[in-house]
Amino acid sequence: MAKKEQDLQQVVEDALAEQKVPHVKFKGIDPRNIDVDRLTKPSKETRQERWGKGLTFLAIILIGVLIVAIIGFVGMHGLATFIDNKVNVFHFLFSTDWNPGAGKNHVGAAAMIVTSFAVTLLAAIIATPFSIAVALFMTEYVSGKRVQILQSFMELLVGIPSVVYGFIGLMVVVPAVRAVFGGTGFGILTATLILFVMVLPTITSLTVDAFKAIPKELRKSSAALGATKWQTIYHVVLRAARSRIMTAIIFGMARAFGEALAVQMAIGNAVLMPYNLVSPAATLTSQLTSQMGNTVMGTLPNNALWSLALLLLIMSLVFNFLVHLIGKKG
Amino acid sequence: MNAKKTNRIAAGVIYFLVGIVILLLIGIIGNILITGVPHLSWHFLSSESSSFKAGGGIRDQLFNSLYLLLLTLLISLPIALGAAIYLAEYAPDNWFTQLIRTTIEILSSLPSIVVGLFGYLLFVVQFGLGFSILAGALALTFFNLPTLTSNIEEAIKGVPQTQREAGWALGLSNWKTIRGIVLPAALPGIITGVILSAGRVFGEAAALIYTAGQSGSTVDYSNWNIFSPTSFLNIMRPAETLAVHIWKVNTEGIIPDVNVVSAGTSALLVIVVIIFNFGARALGNWIYKRLTAAKIK
Amino acid sequence: MENWQDQKSYIKTFTEDECAISTQDLSVFYGGTVQKLFNVSLGFKKNTITALIGASGSGKSTFLRSLNRMNDRVARVDGSIMFHSLDVNQSKINVYELRKAIGMVFQKPNPFPKSIRENITYALKANGHRNKKKLDQIVEESLKAAALWDEVKDKLDQSALALSGGQQQRLCIARAIALKPEILLLDEPASALDPVSTAKLEDTLKQLRKKYTMVMVTHNMQQASRISEYTAFFHLGHALEYDTTTNIFTNPQGEITEKYIQGSFG
Repeated sequence: MAKKEQDLQQVVEDALAEQKVPHVKFKGIDPRNIDVDRLTKPSKETRQERWGKGLTFLAIILIGVLIVAIIGFVGMHGLATFIDNKVNVFHFLFSTDWNPGAGKNHVGAAAMIVTSFAVTLLAAIIATPFSIAVALFMTEYVSGKRVQILQSFMELLVGIPSVVYGFIGLMVVVPAVRAVFGGTGFGILTATLILFVMVLPTITSLTVDAFKAIPKELRKSSAALGATKWQTIYHVVLRAARSRIMTAIIFGMARAFGEALAVQMAIGNAVLMPYNLVSPAATLTSQLTSQMGNTVMGTLPNNALWSLALLLLIMSLVFNFLVHLIGKKG
Repeated sequence: MNAKKTNRIAAGVIYFLVGIVILLLIGIIGNILITGVPHLSWHFLSSESSSFKAGGGIRDQLFNSLYLLLLTLLISLPIALGAAIYLAEYAPDNWFTQLIRTTIEILSSLPSIVVGLFGYLLFVVQFGLGFSILAGALALTFFNLPTLTSNIEEAIKGVPQTQREAGWALGLSNWKTIRGIVLPAALPGIITGVILSAGRVFGEAAALIYTAGQSGSTVDYSNWNIFSPTSFLNIMRPAETLAVHIWKVNTEGIIPDVNVVSAGTSALLVIVVIIFNFGARALGNWIYKRLTAAKIK
Repeated sequence: MENWQDQKSYIKTFTEDECAISTQDLSVFYGGTVQKLFNVSLGFKKNTITALIGASGSGKSTFLRSLNRMNDRVARVDGSIMFHSLDVNQSKINVYELRKAIGMVFQKPNPFPKSIRENITYALKANGHRNKKKLDQIVEESLKAAALWDEVKDKLDQSALALSGGQQQRLCIARAIALKPEILLLDEPASALDPVSTAKLEDTLKQLRKKYTMVMVTHNMQQASRISEYTAFFHLGHALEYDTTTNIFTNPQGEITEKYIQGSFG
């Protein structure tokens, strides 16, 4: 200890001695005399700050107003069916009698609601195993260039416009379904297959994020216990990512539920309760797309379509809510 | 069954599923390009579309798509930039900011057909704009705003905090720091984000069917008077885009060469998306290198 | 070190005229309730270098960043900061003007991704300096003051990011000096630098002492003893000891101070 203190003393003394001999002569700018008054007065910067904050806040408010306007307008027109035209809400939700031109007792949207949910759920069910497999492949099995290639392919898949998917559906899927199952080739199955491809990249990329978020140590410690790769994946990776995979699937479903044109081109557009997967049907979006131009603003047939739009909007809010719910729990 | 065997089977299943997806990817993109590219002749790109005969082109639709994209970006970029700056730099951590973020999420997950119908209601009917490029650009703006805002916000947040502190410590206002230091540093990311969102806008059809309309008017490319109804620059004329064109010819099915026109147009759309996707990153990287290069000039 | 509050301590005081800046009962709270700094009252003598030492998390950086109100956005700062007989820790104070008068250099060199020249002129231009000749003169003077001129005078228009870490840090000092502040705050300015760059940086600081008042946070005891006249020791958010550097290093009053200094040297 004494030795150490001596050393310390030496170091300090050396350092202090060195301090006293600055070797270069200093020339440079002098500090300015601070004008104390300026410290208490607003300046150009104060004004800039107010301006910048105000301007950007305005942009935010604009977006807020926009969403309120969308919900307000669609809500107002969508509710007109029930308020002005006195259509019973239960009739609208559960009846399959859709012929709004014939009066308020023929505004049953059940067939479209069921079809919308059917294509959405089926597409998600088919896409999920593929998405998980691709995501596992990209995070657990390969690395480097191959991941990047697959990733940019997936991004490309997201980028392909939905009408192009609709067109491929018409060219490839419809004839294939017709050849295998007979009938027209239009229907839930065709729409489902198209939506499967469309939601695949959405679910996959979010699942990849989920897997990447799991700390490497968890995998290592599992491997250190002698677990095989699959055991690690099954017991550690999939379990830890469970809630985020659910979120990914819901995002995919939201995309499928709201997709309009690709579905409208492939589903046949007949407002019938689907009794099998290969008969023509209609979803909320396909009906909106094909009929909005054929009705007159303010009439019951038009209001009924707005009610379908309102339903879409509500479902979109529900999907959002579910994502938040899972986020909180997970 | 022992663990090793399960492990092998699991790997097999995963490779099998991935194989199918890859085949699917190649099949889809190959199909679009192989059936479409042969039709992409100069004649196809430079002649008017026909309403009932075969042999029509997509000149007006191509121009309309580009023009709408430009207008949409012109309207949405300032708003998205402002909103993104607010969220990244000013927003306090409170319930209001949370509400705004939720709002933007909701807007981003709204089906585009709903956005389009809202645009129809508000602009086409309420404001009396009729089916017009302006109404279409406004609808596309709504469609684009949430994505663009979050893309730009990410880019801004990627700028190291030390850069901001450097600006503040020099007595610069926060706003000046953002404009002069943060935004230039975030530029590569912002440009990438803008181009990626542009790809989405370029292919969007559902939001346009009831706003920009499904028919083209007679367009005169030598008429530079933007108030003239036939001017190609007139923003009050109805305008069908490439994506809407594909949808329309397929649902109406009047022209005999539907498949040829659709395949060609689809290929064009996909090629543009590919260019946007890869171009966005390349351009972003290039600008980044220019900004941080050892030597300027 | 459980009984640190009982340790003998000595806080040197100066008259207000001697001080360039001083604090009175400065406390800092994060997130409303978490207190990081407890009633620190220190005065910093004009034209000296004062070192702030202490373990990580002792509050020395928090204290330093409060002096030019850099903590405004993230924390609540109570107490007063006297600068030219004015309490500058008030909401009515124009922080932009204050920061021009109290410059700051950070732990990691953070030049802007602009040219060397623009790094220095950017803030000046924002303040309305337009005269190109005058600007060139300030660039030269401040680079000379930061002992960087000879190394960069031929490449003023090249990107500042191409400089070495040590050069970048001196550029940051030049950038701060160009605004002609009275006080320079340095937050571990040499921690990211190699020994040679550190030596150059210390040389620069020693010369700047003639005209500027400097307060410097450092982890490096040798550095503190090499260049500072006064040293304050921080512990768990309290300023425990403040005296001449010689006294602190050779004859610390408190046991904790002694232990810290020995531990850090050993």
